Amino acid sequence: MKSPDIEMPESVVEILTPSVAGKPALKISNLNVHAGDHHILKNINLEIPENRITVLLGPSGCGKTTLLKCMNRLTDLYRELEVTGTITIGGDDILNSTTDIPALRQRMGLLSQRPYPLPVSIFKNVAYGLKLKGVRDKRLLAFSVEKHLREVGLWEEVKGRLNAPATSLSIGQQQRLCLARGLAVKPAIILADEPTSALDPTSSKIIENLFREIRKHYTIVLVTHVLRQAIRLADHVIFMHDGEIIEQGSPGELFENARSDKLRAYLIDGN
Amino acid sequence: MKRIKRVEEKFYIGLSAFMTYSLIAVLAFIILVIFVKGFGALSWDMVIKVPKGGYYYGGEGGVLNAIAGSLYIALGATLIAIVIGMPAALYLNVHLIRYRRTQNTIRYFLDALWGIPSIVYGAFGFTLMLFFGMNASLLAGIITVALLISPIMVRTFDEVLSTIPKGLHEASLALGSTRSETAFRVIFKQGFSGFITAILLSFGRGIGDAASVLFTAGYTDNIPVNLDEPAATLPLAIFFQLGSPIPEVRDRAYASAIILTVIILSISLGARFLSKRYSKTNLK
Ligand SMILES: Nc1ncnc2c1ncn2[C@@H]1O[C@H](COP(=O)(O)OP(=O)(O)OP(=O)(O)O)[C@@H](O)[C@H]1O
Ligand SMILES: [Mg+2]
Repeated sequence: MKSPDIEMPESVVEILTPSVAGKPALKISNLNVHAGDHHILKNINLEIPENRITVLLGPSGCGKTTLLKCMNRLTDLYRELEVTGTITIGGDDILNSTTDIPALRQRMGLLSQRPYPLPVSIFKNVAYGLKLKGVRDKRLLAFSVEKHLREVGLWEEVKGRLNAPATSLSIGQQQRLCLARGLAVKPAIILADEPTSALDPTSSKIIENLFREIRKHYTIVLVTHVLRQAIRLADHVIFMHDGEIIEQGSPGELFENARSDKLRAYLIDGN
Repeated sequence: MKRIKRVEEKFYIGLSAFMTYSLIAVLAFIILVIFVKGFGALSWDMVIKVPKGGYYYGGEGGVLNAIAGSLYIALGATLIAIVIGMPAALYLNVHLIRYRRTQNTIRYFLDALWGIPSIVYGAFGFTLMLFFGMNASLLAGIITVALLISPIMVRTFDEVLSTIPKGLHEASLALGSTRSETAFRVIFKQGFSGFITAILLSFGRGIGDAASVLFTAGYTDNIPVNLDEPAATLPLAIFFQLGSPIPEVRDRAYASAIILTVIILSISLGARFLSKRYSKTNLK
């Protein structure tokens, strides 16, 4: 019998919750991706835990980016990719849905290796997704833009020049802007593909800290080649090799007691 | 070793600077010659009047017929080339993105078309014209010039589009835009100033070309009011006046050249201004 009136501090809750305890935010079954006779992803079965940072690790070319692109159907852009299987988000089938793919994509935010600010102002970049959702109210837009710029720690730096082109920001600022832009559409999941690889150490740190903060509210899937970053951030780790999932589990399990030779070799190379 | 390297570097920098500045100097020299020779003959009459009787013997009148004809032809041809060029460039960059070989073959042919001398387009336009039983006319001129500048338009649009990163495409889609929202709100905006440059380049080539309109547009002292009427053009006006034995008429050739140069320069500056303005208002 639990007593409902005892409130545990959040940090304690976090410690008490086992790594994969959250219900899955995203469920992938029998996912296969082919490009011609190249089998890029081989029968992937996976659950991405909710409100956790799941780190995807693996050598270059093993299919991490492709896996991310399947999740928000950016694979549609590449005709030569043949994707089969199912990915479900809250009961909705992503891959086999023919309805409203833009709305589906808005349930996920994308942060890529390099920032790609839209060719509009800082303000409009953040407001873009909301406008697509049909939000027209100027005050609501302004409120939301400020809120999300604050969320990524950019507000103080840009509040005086919201109408300046987004490209006038530094790369690190642009990457935070892209995160704010993604958060503004209220996604459940954030897909981050090596989001700090083009950034200086300080900007990387800021992004990392942001991830740590926002994971209470978002599910994050992070691809990284920086082992230290994986160790710092991961709640759950997935190691891929040549299109297959070799191992997955808590950071403790994978980083300290790697079972497969491939992962051990990868960890040694990374250190 | 280090010293040699430094000398070598200095040499190459000097060489590049020399080449750049001599190119600018040549351009300045051309403009200077035209102005020195033509400025005396330039008058308002040249711009606002069509040739009167005896104009080509030093009499009254101007080259408004050629100014109007050139503008009509260049504008018409540019519009047609945009209509051809946009879809073609999009097709190259979107649908053929994975078909490198086809893409490169098409680009190769377009580049080859770009290099064909305009007299060949003129001859081709002429045979087309005869085939369809047309006379030398504004329409025939527009079509021939459109053929001449379309490859330029397609390739320059193509260059602009190919510099737009796929990641921007993906970012826009990931935010929830549809394909057409991505095309118009993001890709078009990103490429806007490049497109303007492409249009300018084509327009400039179109308005300045003599050989393609020599047989197809004809020549007349009147301002054409219908597509089937012949049309005079500035390059041909310059050509005819320059061939005159009368010195005043030859000076008017240079004056006409000034007019043509000013038209091209002001359109180029205007478009630049527009594209700057556009990208600014964009950001409000
Ligand atoms: N559109 C495509 N057509 C053909 N092959 C592709 C396509 N996209 C990816 N591939 C292939 O799929 C494999 C996995 O690519 P992917 O980009 O997912 O790797 P990755 O794990 O993200 O690598 P990296 O760490 O270098 O980013 C690679 O061998 C790649 O060449
Ligand atoms: Mg990748």
